[in-house]
Amino acid sequence: MAHAYRFLTQPEVKFLEAAAERLIPADHLGPGAREAGVACFIDGQLASPWGLHGRQYRTGPWQEGTPEQGFQSPLTPQEIYRAAIREIDQHCRMEHAKAFPFLEAALQDELLRQMESDALPLPSISSALFFSLLLRNTMEGFFADPLYGGNRGKAGWRLIGFPGVAAANYTEELDHHNQSYQVEPVSILDIEQQRAQVDAQGYAKHIKLRVEPKA
Amino acid sequence: MTTRLPPVDILVVGVGVAGSILCKELAATGLKIVGLERGRMLDPQHDFAMPYAHDELKYDRHSDILQNLSRETLTFRNHTQQKALPMREMGSFKPGECVGGAGMHWGAHARRFLPWDFELRSRTLDRYGAAHMPADWTGQDWGLTYEELEPYYDQFEHIYGVGGKAGNLEGALQPGGNPFEGVRSREFPNPESQRTYAGTLFAEAAHSLGKTPFQNPTAAMTSPYTNLYKMTLGQCVRGGFCNSHGCAMGAKASPLTTVIPTLAKHPNFELRTHTNVTRVDMDSDGKRATGVTYIDARGREVHQPADLVILASYTFNNTRLLLLSGIGKPYDPVANQGVVGRNYAYQTGARVAMFFDDKVFNPFMGGGALTTSIDDYNGDNFDHAGLGFIGGAYLAAQSNGATPIRSISVPPGTPRWGGAWKEAAAQHYNRNFSIYAHGGCQSRRGNYLDLDPTYRDAHGQPLLRMTFDWGENEQRLSAYAIERALEIAKVINPSQLGVHPLSKTYSIVPYQSTHNVGGAAMGADPATSVVNKYLQSWDVPNVFVVGASAFPQNSANPPTLTVGALACWAADAIKDEYLARPRPLV
Ligand SMILES: Cc1cc2nc3c(=O)[nH]c(=O)nc-3n(C[C@H](O)[C@H](O)[C@H](O)COP(=O)(O)OP(=O)(O)OC[C@H]3O[C@@H](n4cnc5c(N)ncnc54)[C@H](O)[C@@H]3O)c2cc1C
Repeated sequence: MAHAYRFLTQPEVKFLEAAAERLIPADHLGPGAREAGVACFIDGQLASPWGLHGRQYRTGPWQEGTPEQGFQSPLTPQEIYRAAIREIDQHCRMEHAKAFPFLEAALQDELLRQMESDALPLPSISSALFFSLLLRNTMEGFFADPLYGGNRGKAGWRLIGFPGVAAANYTEELDHHNQSYQVEPVSILDIEQQRAQVDAQGYAKHIKLRVEPKA
Repeated sequence: MTTRLPPVDILVVGVGVAGSILCKELAATGLKIVGLERGRMLDPQHDFAMPYAHDELKYDRHSDILQNLSRETLTFRNHTQQKALPMREMGSFKPGECVGGAGMHWGAHARRFLPWDFELRSRTLDRYGAAHMPADWTGQDWGLTYEELEPYYDQFEHIYGVGGKAGNLEGALQPGGNPFEGVRSREFPNPESQRTYAGTLFAEAAHSLGKTPFQNPTAAMTSPYTNLYKMTLGQCVRGGFCNSHGCAMGAKASPLTTVIPTLAKHPNFELRTHTNVTRVDMDSDGKRATGVTYIDARGREVHQPADLVILASYTFNNTRLLLLSGIGKPYDPVANQGVVGRNYAYQTGARVAMFFDDKVFNPFMGGGALTTSIDDYNGDNFDHAGLGFIGGAYLAAQSNGATPIRSISVPPGTPRWGGAWKEAAAQHYNRNFSIYAHGGCQSRRGNYLDLDPTYRDAHGQPLLRMTFDWGENEQRLSAYAIERALEIAKVINPSQLGVHPLSKTYSIVPYQSTHNVGGAAMGADPATSVVNKYLQSWDVPNVFVVGASAFPQNSANPPTLTVGALACWAADAIKDEYLARPRPLV
């Protein structure tokens, strides 16, 4: 899908697509994070006030704290993504002769696990700090309203059976114990683009999916 | 240069849950009242319009109705040997920053405290003796009893339209209600909430073990309701997107759905938004407040004189403004002397997750505190002899509306990402629920609030510094509550269990609750409390400090019903006693 990237460079997009595909892979259950547009989503987040930590406290002195004290990096998310992707790709070229996106899936998984446990030393930042942002943003991008460029085709919502914007009939449905409420999910984007109907109060009108009885 | 404005009678700092009620109740006196609020005005019909209100990413992560930390945050450390560092990202709690405060995006769990909560120190001594007291305990009686506050709980419930079933009407136990609750003078203004499938399984299992399940009181309307102030609220449709969100239906009681539109009609009331109060101004001998100083939207420093100043700016700024203004003696944990900042406490949380092969719960439905709970292990409702802790937890199956970014629960041992995670998420999202242990938290010597020596806000003033960790009491309490939850879970008989105990060390990172209490505790003794039982400063009688800042420790129950009741109680004391003859009321 064509997308004008506002912050990410092409190598960064490639990196994120490859990483997203490992974090939430496409499989028999449906599309993964790459197909769901998580790289676009992350681009949008990085270009938003959050990318510059617009509502976060950014006054020094800066000092590393305990894990319980939370985020203490002087770098913004924009700077963390930019530095980390470059340095991880460099590491991959040095050690494995190719940038991250071109490595075998098993090796990518291994590298991601190293980042997760901060066992991949990078020249300027903690790989665990980057990984925590990457995993968080990937999950956000897979499950946030498609409005933000991810969760394409509502892939994340279909995976788990989340209906998106609520309908006004849940009070009655709640009395149907142990009956799965399965509907075509409705997003804010669907409503904006008039692909879904709403009632007078703006709640979604859900269309029930026909469920094949289990064999 | 400071702009000096003409004097007014009463200033209320912060127009959230407590501040809005104080303004409204005091407006009836005809005196000139000004509400000062650092944030903007909200218009629920536009700010929370459908379908945009059902945007999890926005409200859970990036909402502009939460405190803007770029201007002001607090610093945090677990103990005094550490250097406190700023909470740079919103984490453990989510204070509000608009008219309505955190009362706009709260979860509407509307429990009163237990009578025991108000007198726990003397009752603990009576029942178990001094040896039972937790180490370094600074917990104390409130100097106010449940019986005194009961009419004000009732008043606030009729402002916030609370739905529930009475368990104890004037001393007579009522079937279906909570038998452990304090005596009620009348039924709830709204009926109890409906019971979900998860709530039903929990209730049946608890009942089979001899416990008494009931529907948790809720301030999301269980039927259309017109409140004490003639504000009408619609019925909650259980569409989720409740906690952290504003309500698109106007069905969740909040300052803007219950109070502020009627308050705005009083000609003697004025609301000033975008006014960040930086201190209470004092006369030369420090015994009397002369008004407050604030920074307005243009960056001007303004001095607003007033006869009476009421702080209702949430636990954190209530405490911080006292410290910045030199009202009351700051707490020194080494000498265990002083009072302002003492008694800071929080809320313990733990849960047992249950995963099923053959049951589905549609967990996205709910919200509005749709919860079934038991109080058998709350407060002192069970014998603590030999248990090594005081207080307790209520156990609950709550259907909060499970949104996918933050609420996917997978069985223990599942990797955090990859194909196995994806498979587990798909399998279990619709097939699990948790028994939550919502527990109390005692105050103790090492936990306190003071001013940070290093970090400052956008106006150059010191940030509040929080020093806090769970005590041994909280760990034991929580472990005990988990054991009890497991007993119930075993009866429910899921195919897999996941136990999520209280964290070993308190962390500022994951969201837990916006139930921060203490710092300006109330009590009967000025040596151990900041305010008297009427929420009036011992040191400066024309300053009242209203909110959960007054709790000397935390109950297992969430704070807001008690915050609202205290606001009604303080408003009456001010109207009936103080204004007639301004003086120390105790
Ligand atoms: C996500 C979430 C869920 C919650 N769920 C529940 C629940 O289910 N049950 C429950 O009992 N409680 C719940 N709470 C807690 C509840 O919101 C608070 O107890 C309640 O809002 C406290 O009322 P308050 O008046 O003390 O503070 P608030 O309502 O926050 O109002 C304080 C006001 O003071 C203003 N202010 C602060 N500093 C200044 C200053 N310097 N100058 C001017 N104005 C200032 C703030 O902007 C704010 O508007 C929840 C909170 C959150 C965030």
